[in-house]
Amino acid sequence: MSHQPVAVVGIGQTHHKRLRADVSITGLVREAAQRALEDANMDWSDIDAVVLGKAPDLFEGVMKPEMFLADALGAVNKPMFRVHTAGSVGGSTGIVGSHLVGSGRHKRVLSIAFEKQSEGNAQFALGGGKGASIGAGGAFAPFIRAYIRRSGAPEDIGWQVAVKDRLNGAKNPYAHLKLADITIDKVKESPMMWDPLHFLESCPSSDGACAVIFTDEEGGKAASKPPAWVLATAMKSEPSTFAGRDPVSPAAAHDCSDEIYKAIGVTNPKEQIDCAELYVPFSWYEPMWLEAHDIAAPGDGWKMTANGDTALGGSFPINMSGGVLSSNPIGASGLLRFAEAALQVRGQAGEHQVGGAKLAIAQAYGANAQFFAMWAVGSSLNPLG
Amino acid sequence: MARTENDIAIVGFAQGDMVRRSQKTETEMMLPVVAEAIASVGLTKNDIGFTVSGSCDYLSGQAFSFVSNVDAYGAWPPINESHVEMDGAWALYEAFVRLMQGDIDTALAAGVGKNSNSDASTLYTIEMDPYYLTPLGADPWSLAALQARALLDSGKATERDFAEVVSRNRANAKSNPKAQLSGDFDIDELLAADYVRNPLRRHDLPPTTDGCAAIILARGKKAYDLCERPAWITGIDHRIEAHLPTMRADITRSVSTALAAAGAGVKNGPIDVAEIYAPFSFQELIIREALDLDASTEINPSGGALATNPVMVSGLIRMGEAANQIIKNGKRRTLAHATSGPCLQQNLVAVLEGDE
Repeated sequence: MSHQPVAVVGIGQTHHKRLRADVSITGLVREAAQRALEDANMDWSDIDAVVLGKAPDLFEGVMKPEMFLADALGAVNKPMFRVHTAGSVGGSTGIVGSHLVGSGRHKRVLSIAFEKQSEGNAQFALGGGKGASIGAGGAFAPFIRAYIRRSGAPEDIGWQVAVKDRLNGAKNPYAHLKLADITIDKVKESPMMWDPLHFLESCPSSDGACAVIFTDEEGGKAASKPPAWVLATAMKSEPSTFAGRDPVSPAAAHDCSDEIYKAIGVTNPKEQIDCAELYVPFSWYEPMWLEAHDIAAPGDGWKMTANGDTALGGSFPINMSGGVLSSNPIGASGLLRFAEAALQVRGQAGEHQVGGAKLAIAQAYGANAQFFAMWAVGSSLNPLG
Repeated sequence: MARTENDIAIVGFAQGDMVRRSQKTETEMMLPVVAEAIASVGLTKNDIGFTVSGSCDYLSGQAFSFVSNVDAYGAWPPINESHVEMDGAWALYEAFVRLMQGDIDTALAAGVGKNSNSDASTLYTIEMDPYYLTPLGADPWSLAALQARALLDSGKATERDFAEVVSRNRANAKSNPKAQLSGDFDIDELLAADYVRNPLRRHDLPPTTDGCAAIILARGKKAYDLCERPAWITGIDHRIEAHLPTMRADITRSVSTALAAAGAGVKNGPIDVAEIYAPFSFQELIIREALDLDASTEINPSGGALATNPVMVSGLIRMGEAANQIIKNGKRRTLAHATSGPCLQQNLVAVLEGDE
């Protein structure tokens, strides 16, 4: 019915760092938004509506910060919307923004996501300010141990992902961590955080923001740089815990990619999709998501990592940007994945470009591995021909 | 006017108990309300195409508080779901836009607020600009008082007008079984009370309420399958203004409400009933001016937010009440309004219509 093609014509992000003491929250979001506007060859007045996403307000200690950011983001007298879907929020922020254009409500929409984690203490906030938080690594380590037992994967797979993503991050001018001299031995010898996760297999805590500008078919075709076309979107949730759930390979993750593949006619993801940005905050999630999204058969995800298939020059590159392991402003991390997929099919990814990428997917997940957001973007409206 | 598959309607509405202090968690408050809303249109949870809620971590005092609220939906098999850190009225807006994608024909929008956990005059200081306003301890009552003073100084209203708004809303609330505060209040007696924040008296402030509400939306023919007289959303728009009240040209006017009303097509016909979310009495006067309604429009038959104010839900309740005027009372054209932020910073307006 009323669904219309949607194009990504502007992408901007901050230089992500542990502490961006040089900018306020306002300055941080404007840095990303200004870059997206420049990329789209637009001005603030061209934007019809703004969608802001971030993870819990307790991270910065500011309740509903989109309210005070309205004027800084050029939203005065326009619609401003705030999304919060846990760790998948960056992805949801992109999806909600794209729907505002796809539904025909607006012609040009700015989606922006941020986290300024240096303002607070995420570990404290995750415990609801009551302390005793086991943190995200503590929550996910049991799922990872279950995956290793189930798949029989060798112990070095996580170390390999940690090295590969940091080498990719070293090619990304915006990445927080640039560990060009990282080695398997350094990962293995770094302190054990949550068995089997070592320090260097864990994401950093970053200040950062990401902005994406959407427009309609006419705007996409008239854009000064090649657009990325949003081909399909999905958001799926399931309960945190119950006896019938498989948290190692959640049904909602499977459902998300099933819906996307069906929508765009993908029957063999590994062959038909060129590359993917998957939310990998802890190294082992790379093989786990390869399996949950049917890029590898059950139990075989780790073999793609071991074979080098997921490296930048491999047959199915994963996390070309360096991923969450290289930059993690939590609320923005999902949109950074979605934006990198779009950069790839636009041919704008610089040193971490996958040659000839025509179809890419991006995914973000949140809470107890139960909220999933995914999109597929293409260099044309029909990249599979 | 013949409806098409592009048209979206409210077909069901449920609200839970509205109380000063609930002993239940947000999830426990939501579960029966969500179930009642779905059952009210003869559906089961697996029939709902998209689910979205509005709530606020800081009200429940817990990061990711909405995560456990997924249990209220019975989200298995996994569901299409989203969440906004906004009043449920904006959750409804996301559901409306999601339905426009055309692949689903039903959606559920909910709002939940456990306001009794905190002291509003302390908590809401951190909703303000963290660099300029929060350090001053600028709370919503004080900012509302400044706005009320500006309205008095403009000559557009008097303190008696404020009390008249309170008296009328609480009298209306007598017929609302969900109302927390209702009854007949003499205006002179109200005016004899002390100020809480000059020129606002206790009755000019909303009550503190724990509560939850849920609305079922349907698209096209599906709406008639679920409801004899759907409340079609013929217009919906929302706008925001500058955060710092001093950055707004005239704090006695609501520019964002007027823009949203124009976007929603309020002036395309007469409005029979308007449900306005004015947390502070005098703000109803500002919103009514911005909406430019006829004298014949009935305002807040539910009693509005001065009778019951579960923050994060109050806007969604206005949508539900305005819809029920069409679904149950046979009204032709109604309006729902929602607000958020200091001094009416952000406003949403929806126009609902029943078939001729």
